[in-house]
Amino acid sequence: MKSAIHDYLRPKKKFPHVWCPGCGHGIILASIVRAIEAAGKNRDEVVVVSGIGCSSRAPVYVDFSSIHSTHGRALTFATGVKVANPKLTVIVISGDGDGMAIGGNHFIHACRRNIDLTMIVFNNNIYGMTGGQASPTMPQGDYASTAPFGTLERPFDVCKLANASGANFVARGVVTSPIPLEKHIKKGIEKKGFSVIDVAETCPTIYNFFNKTGNPLKMMKDLKAKAIPVQKANTMTEEELKGKIVTGVFADRYYPDFTTSYDKIIMDSAKRSMKDEESI
Amino acid sequence: MLFYKLYKDADGRKVGFVQGNEACVEAALLAGMRFFAGYPITPSSEIAAVSAEKLPMLGGRFIQMEDEISSMGAIIGGSMTGKKTMTATSGPGFSLKQENLGYAIINEVPCVIVNVQRGGPSTGLPTQIAQADVMQARWGTHGDHPIIAISPASVSQVVTSTIRAFNLAEKYRTPVILLMDETLGHMREKIVLPREDEIELIDRKQTEDTPEEFKPFATKHGDVPLFAPYGKGYRYNITGLIHDEAGFPTTKTDEVVSLLDRLHSKINDNLDDIVEVCEFQTEDADTLLVSFGSATRSCISAMEKGRAEGKKIGVLQLLTVWPFAEKQIVKLTEKIKNVFVVEMNMGQIIGEVSRCSHRDAVVTGINKYNGIYITPQEILEKVKESR
Ligand SMILES: Cc1ncc(C[n+]2csc(CCOP(=O)(O)OP(=O)(O)O)c2C)c(N)n1
Ligand code: SF4
Ligand SMILES: [Mg+2]
Repeated sequence: MKSAIHDYLRPKKKFPHVWCPGCGHGIILASIVRAIEAAGKNRDEVVVVSGIGCSSRAPVYVDFSSIHSTHGRALTFATGVKVANPKLTVIVISGDGDGMAIGGNHFIHACRRNIDLTMIVFNNNIYGMTGGQASPTMPQGDYASTAPFGTLERPFDVCKLANASGANFVARGVVTSPIPLEKHIKKGIEKKGFSVIDVAETCPTIYNFFNKTGNPLKMMKDLKAKAIPVQKANTMTEEELKGKIVTGVFADRYYPDFTTSYDKIIMDSAKRSMKDEESI
Repeated sequence: MLFYKLYKDADGRKVGFVQGNEACVEAALLAGMRFFAGYPITPSSEIAAVSAEKLPMLGGRFIQMEDEISSMGAIIGGSMTGKKTMTATSGPGFSLKQENLGYAIINEVPCVIVNVQRGGPSTGLPTQIAQADVMQARWGTHGDHPIIAISPASVSQVVTSTIRAFNLAEKYRTPVILLMDETLGHMREKIVLPREDEIELIDRKQTEDTPEEFKPFATKHGDVPLFAPYGKGYRYNITGLIHDEAGFPTTKTDEVVSLLDRLHSKINDNLDDIVEVCEFQTEDADTLLVSFGSATRSCISAMEKGRAEGKKIGVLQLLTVWPFAEKQIVKLTEKIKNVFVVEMNMGQIIGEVSRCSHRDAVVTGINKYNGIYITPQEILEKVKESR
């Protein structure tokens, strides 16, 4: 069956892709593509920007203008694109290492600035590309090449961070439920201001290697079992919530976004500069 | 808030008594800058402040980013939409920009990076002059790469150099570094801005291919690929990975070599266009002072004082610091054998001068690195001492 994703794959390009069989990245990419189409965006006016990581390879495969930027810096390139040409729809693809560790500062500032970008975090709780180092979203105690005795550090909750930092739209989807995921991404694209969609997913190659989490199918099933909607989570105790992944929408606000506010400055400045010119 | 004012003279040119940093922004706007991203750092902060004030008057946009890494990323992203973009910083921030500077080089993204140099290493001397980032400008980002860096010596030269920086960036599709320094950034001099009809502006050449035919790094038109702005129907990829003509990652050995060779040849085959020097009284000179940036000013005064005492001194200003003025040094040292390299660091560009000088030339460094501007007397004394 031919679906939207086939229409948007880059013809004749560098396939096969770099991802392992059973990796969650492809499912998320397909959801993004369907969401862009569902939001009715003209593909010529979409720019997809990523950092570096297995997940950040995603834009290379789809037929939009794309920037495969530097590790952790996707939001910075995307901010430049958006501010220089606010008419463009800018989508940011980032891994949990890319977006939350090396790019963590850019992340909170993009939220605070409320710039009209939609960021999708491919959150597999590990550094896949570099061979399985601990990431800032790895559950405490899990194993990684750099955490042979289990990570000592507590993980970031991407959505809580985004919510507290001021993003207009914050949601979490799971790779095992692509339909709600696609809806969250579509909502994020339609939303003016900064949108974050955190996606819980699996890295069956590297995560399994260090944590013996089982084959790709088992990992997906376990992930699905852990996911609970935010409405239900609100009725549960902290103890009951341990090890669970809360999904759904966490913030949906209407604060003015950066480029719309800036347009007002341009209008005012143009008037002022005309006055200045007269006085010269 | 602006701390200077421009007036129109009888010929319709804007004139003013302005700082080097302020002049830099005025010139950048004339050159067509419409997007600036930056992070505050002394002694460059006025460039960001004036940009913030003036860009929206022209429909342009300014953003204060969270650091210099993001500022560099932002001007690359902005440039991909077809805008002329700039950022400004000083040593510590220049260090942070280096990774993304390499990204701009490999993806041939036109942009201008101003480094108003201060003393280093590290936080160094935040409010005082140095010229010690000249090698960092050349080799700061990793990997084999070419770079263009221009170093003006007066506020008027800041104007012409800034316009030239944008023109070279657009013409060769490369980042260009404007290497200023604290003295130049903060000193005030009279400037006369050229009228719009007096400036030759270069815009990156746009493709005439259809989106289907278009390849972002095609070589069919020469070493500089033609550009298509994002958002106009040309949907292509750029990546910091070594890429093929279509912009997709490759590890094929011939494609690796041809990209790296072309990145270099597009600069190195055009040295006559890119490398600009200023010679002062070199015709009859037996002693040559080689310098760049604001140290050149003291060299010229030293030359004048020395000549009044009968010493035949000439000055060579390396207005373009990178690529290095190899040909010019070779030629001058064929006849002038007494060479001094005046720089406000512990001796950086002297290595290049020595490498290119005639084997009979004696090349001596005159260096000052205590944060205080070098005087003509100091230069002249050193010249006399080593006789
Ligand atoms: C400045 C810099 N530091 C480190 C790296 C090496 N590196 C490449 S990808 C990566 C981690 C990617 O992890 P994540 O973002 O979670 O993506 P995943 O591979 O898991 O999808 C690292 C550390 C780099 N490319 N650049
Ligand atoms: S290493 Fe993990 S994240 Fe990377 S492609 Fe393989 S499964 Fe996916
Ligand atoms: Mg990851």
